[in-house]
Amino acid sequence: MERIPILRMGDCLLVTIQVDMHDRLAITLQDDIMEKISESRAKGLIVDISALEIVDSFIGRVLGDIAGMARILDTRTVVVGMRPAVAITLVELGLSLPGVITALNVERGLDLIRNTKNGTSGLDGRSEG
Amino acid sequence: MAVLRDETREVASSQDVVAVRQLAREWAVSLGFSLIDQTKIVTAASELARNIVLYGGRGAVRIEALNDGARRGLRLTFQDQGPGIPNLEEAMRDGFSTGSGLGLGLGGAKRLSSEFDIQSRVGEGTKVTITRWK
Repeated sequence: MERIPILRMGDCLLVTIQVDMHDRLAITLQDDIMEKISESRAKGLIVDISALEIVDSFIGRVLGDIAGMARILDTRTVVVGMRPAVAITLVELGLSLPGVITALNVERGLDLIRNTKNGTSGLDGRSEG
Repeated sequence: MAVLRDETREVASSQDVVAVRQLAREWAVSLGFSLIDQTKIVTAASELARNIVLYGGRGAVRIEALNDGARRGLRLTFQDQGPGIPNLEEAMRDGFSTGSGLGLGLGGAKRLSSEFDIQSRVGEGTKVTITRWK
């Protein structure tokens, strides 16, 4: 069974998706990430999608679900590296990835996570107040 | 309008959905579509191929390179012999889904295409045709 590796970087987890995922693999990744979050107590999760040539409604939903589930486990998720053509297509498709925080690259994603005190910024995907 | 070449592929599993994405990408590249157009075609193809797997069970996609005077285009036809769609208008609406999708499949694929056609008969199956012109 193929699996996408989940790497540890200090108090964060890094997932780099480098293959065109079929739907079951995406669901397996979601389960693996949750497992890893609960055993590592990671503060942040970076999902690097710079190698993804498309994000369709299914993959978009999985990314949103990962961020939502991680948030419940007190882990902040940042999706990084989305290609411009992918972003344009996503919006036209009708997906805006609500609740998913994005950054240009891994470095900026890590900055976002590390400069966030729990619950004091919009990094949890909700507006405060 | 002339069909320059065509290819047909079976669609029955989520692996086939990935293969359809790759096929659509190869054809869009060979016809010289821009990166953004390629991305739109491949995304629409992915949605419609997944619909076959989710709702039709199994079916096929036919991909055709078109020549219409000075224009080049890519046409993809997704056909299944599944249960069909009782209410097309409802199925085209965003947010409508009877499966595990988001309900963006049909409406989204239509927005990503130059031309969109859907025909469905309950008990006989569904045929969705999308065309993207360069």
